[in-house]
Amino acid sequence: MGRMSRLGNELYQGRKSINFVGKPWLFYGISALLVGLAVVVLFAKPLNMGVEFTGGTTLSVPVGDGNATQGNADDLREKVADSGIANAENPVVTTEGNESLTVQVENLTKDQRAEMSALIHEEFPQVDEGDITIQDIGPSWGQEVAKKAAIGVGIFLVLVVLFIWGYFREWRMSVAALIALIHDVMLTVGVYALSGFQVTPAAVTGLLAILGFSLYDTVVVFDKIKENTHQLRKNTQSYADAANLAVNQTLVRSINTSIVALIPIGAILYVSAVQLGASSLQDLALAQFVGMGVGVYSSVMLAPRVLVHLKMQETEVQIQARRAKAKQRALADRYASVPAAVDESPVGGGIDVDDPAELADEVEDAPAERTRPAVQQGAVGKGRNVPAPNRPVNESGSSGRKQPQRQSRSKRPKK
Amino acid sequence: MAARRPRPGRNLIIFFLGLAVVYGLTALSQAGVKPPEKPWRPALGLDLQGGTRITLTTDGTPSKENLEEARRIIDQRVNGSGVAEAAVTTQGGRNIVVEVPGKGADRDQLEETVKRQAQLRFRLVACSDFSQGPCAQSTGGLPGGLGRPGLDLSADGEPTDDPSTKATDAATGTADPSGTPEDGASSEAPADGAADGDGKAFTAEDAIAWARSPDEASIAEFGKYTCDEKGVLLNATDGKPADLEDDPDKPLVACSAPQKDRPSGKYLLSRSIIEGTELDGASAGTPQNGVGWQVNIEMGNDKKRANPKGSAGAASDFETVSRAFQGTQEQFAIVLDAVVISDPVMTAVITDGRSSITGDFTEQEALDLANSLKFGALPIKFDDKQTSVEEIGPSLAGNQLNAGLTAGAIGLVLVMLYCLFYYRGLGLVVVSSLFVAAAITYAMVLLLSETAGFTLTLPGIAGLIIAVGITADSFVIFFERIRDEMREGKSMRVAVETGWARARVTRVAANTVQILSALVLYIFATGAVKGFGFALGLTTLIDLAVLFWFTKPMVSWLAQFHAFNSGHKLSGLSKETLGMDVAKPRTASTGGGR
Repeated sequence: MGRMSRLGNELYQGRKSINFVGKPWLFYGISALLVGLAVVVLFAKPLNMGVEFTGGTTLSVPVGDGNATQGNADDLREKVADSGIANAENPVVTTEGNESLTVQVENLTKDQRAEMSALIHEEFPQVDEGDITIQDIGPSWGQEVAKKAAIGVGIFLVLVVLFIWGYFREWRMSVAALIALIHDVMLTVGVYALSGFQVTPAAVTGLLAILGFSLYDTVVVFDKIKENTHQLRKNTQSYADAANLAVNQTLVRSINTSIVALIPIGAILYVSAVQLGASSLQDLALAQFVGMGVGVYSSVMLAPRVLVHLKMQETEVQIQARRAKAKQRALADRYASVPAAVDESPVGGGIDVDDPAELADEVEDAPAERTRPAVQQGAVGKGRNVPAPNRPVNESGSSGRKQPQRQSRSKRPKK
Repeated sequence: MAARRPRPGRNLIIFFLGLAVVYGLTALSQAGVKPPEKPWRPALGLDLQGGTRITLTTDGTPSKENLEEARRIIDQRVNGSGVAEAAVTTQGGRNIVVEVPGKGADRDQLEETVKRQAQLRFRLVACSDFSQGPCAQSTGGLPGGLGRPGLDLSADGEPTDDPSTKATDAATGTADPSGTPEDGASSEAPADGAADGDGKAFTAEDAIAWARSPDEASIAEFGKYTCDEKGVLLNATDGKPADLEDDPDKPLVACSAPQKDRPSGKYLLSRSIIEGTELDGASAGTPQNGVGWQVNIEMGNDKKRANPKGSAGAASDFETVSRAFQGTQEQFAIVLDAVVISDPVMTAVITDGRSSITGDFTEQEALDLANSLKFGALPIKFDDKQTSVEEIGPSLAGNQLNAGLTAGAIGLVLVMLYCLFYYRGLGLVVVSSLFVAAAITYAMVLLLSETAGFTLTLPGIAGLIIAVGITADSFVIFFERIRDEMREGKSMRVAVETGWARARVTRVAANTVQILSALVLYIFATGAVKGFGFALGLTTLIDLAVLFWFTKPMVSWLAQFHAFNSGHKLSGLSKETLGMDVAKPRTASTGGGR
């Protein structure tokens, strides 16, 4: 219990710091590789579009009065799904009135139609194969829907870019959020193609939800960055340090959110994929699960990086970073116990922001911004050679360290 | 909050009163549920509950494009409000299959909506059974002017129905928000119109002239038919329905739809001067006297869409006619699918192309008609005899819904356990907030099922479960903020307020993104995506409401208790849980070991 919170506290105080903004090219490389893989998967194994998009075949089975029950429909669905007839893996079977069943599958060839008829006859011996009417159905989600949805998404993206720009007063944040979004959507589509699930309206719906979620999560992180970089001139931090501290401070929230958001979807995905087989539930859950996971990842690992990288191109920010570094050096604790130099690294330990390669490694001591030293035993760990106290001191937590005590003159040690 | 001191108690009381009101409304709406549907159950979609399938067969074999066009228009009609998630597909070369969720649906009304061609035409009345006019030799007419319905056109049309159609500047004539505004709508005849049947240009003036003295052939034609009481045109000789072709370029004999105070009657009508395609918009509303329903229409003045080709735009034509007919007993007729649905006289000159269709409309009929007009006319006709209406079962296996709900419930319980474990005392706030949010969502879904035809599909339910993550996230942000503030050394009571001030901003910004996406999806998408956008927007708004009026006051209220602000172990805000209990001495090996 305590560990996560303690980590949270350390991250918050900046005593522990994971570098989320350094080494941009490495992480761009990783992301580009993943997106590239997703594209390759898409080409190698194109999305399997459902009946709603491609149209299909419908079979009307007159099973006789009173036989069109939900139970029979479910049995027939199982039977067709397990028959191994290509293009009939995801049948939709509904009762129509009380005397016929309708089976909808993807486009069937002539032979497959014959197979299907034979199969249905096997299931319902009273139905002659000649009585089954087989017709083509057109797509209910044709070009029209796709076009409209695309227009909607386009308008949404423009609006969100404008909103982020207006709210944060920073077009770079819009760009970073958009890059993170494209990354999320591409990966989700890639994983979907890899799974081989059929693309149903439910899956499209899930993907559209990702758009909102990915941006939403990025906005939460950026909001903290905005807060921390609000008054840079006053402190000893460069933009990169402040942004990094912000991402660290929201890290616990990001972890918690991903846990809380992914648990219910994970449960749905598990139940639908393991117990039910193909269904619209499984499609939606997969798109959502992958999308949300990737969305949280990109809002922590990718978006801030892109933002800082863009921001650091500005001369003013670079100058400020140098100034901050100099200030840090000036304020450096002269009593700090410096370890024996292992290599030729500068003693200051400040991050050289001008040179990404020199940026701090994974876990390091970032300069503390708003730290309050914790209550300690003596001045140990402050890195000072403390002179022996010339009068007894005792605990008082107010200042975070020991304070001299007031004593009557008679009690004081003779000087 | 006017006062600096938070008043959590008052806020909570107001919130619960609001909740009670919502539930009261829901109970009222549930009281009107008809027997096949169970009260307190949300309406389920096609995939979970099945519904009604209407199979329409066209007259003859239409082209593929026309069939697809018809499918699209019907799709727009049945998904007019966009949250019922009906499915419309073409089947074979001649059928269109419409599947609408819900078995208690008013089938006749639905079938009417789906099949209606919605060919709207404005024609001028030469003579009718109600006023002989120039066809004096016709027989069996009523004395003129008897039972004439109230006049329903006025130039100062201050629409009473919807604020978006403000009465525009009548002086400049055109009220055309989308088309090409032509100030001072001129009504001069076009230089050279398109050829009509006789190769002559045709204008509104010609039609007026014709209506005042129709040609003999048409009058003779007019005498050949009678109307039965249902408003079907019959041949006078053998009493069989006369299926006349509704050709916009030719005069037409048509019946009016029977109304309460007036039987059906026969009309001789001029060729069409304005087509439904020239409309800019249609909406249902209540007339100024506030009784019944009417359909308000707005005509554009777009020359490109004018009928016949080359004539002035619809609004200009309408102005010409109203100038000519104003103050006389001459009528024009609004003809829908070759049936006269309204035959008003002109009381004033109408320059802005606004008029309304009145009749014996119920609210539903007015809405449907407005919808049909808005989405355009079907390019094909359906064969009435071959229409089949069937009830269909759910398209998903019965175990899917239960499995989905079970999974969702398990997920929810896990989320709650995690929150309780991580946030201890504050976890109780999370759990109660989630319950409250669930209660509001349930009530809203019920309300919207009744009022907006909202139906829950499986993806919709999954969407609601997913919203749990977003909702829980708002608490996570808030609580982490409180902890951060306490790490700064503030007391809990202060930390709650300052943390809230910061969390609130973040939350509203983040939720704005969600609401944007929901709105855009709802406005621009069709079918299932529209329903999803609707559900997303709903849950986001509920999330905000719960956070502002329930979660925050709850935390403020808890902060007043000693157990919480003294940093008790179980409060979730003790020094230990904040991670401030153990000081980590900075070891000598810091500096990254470089």
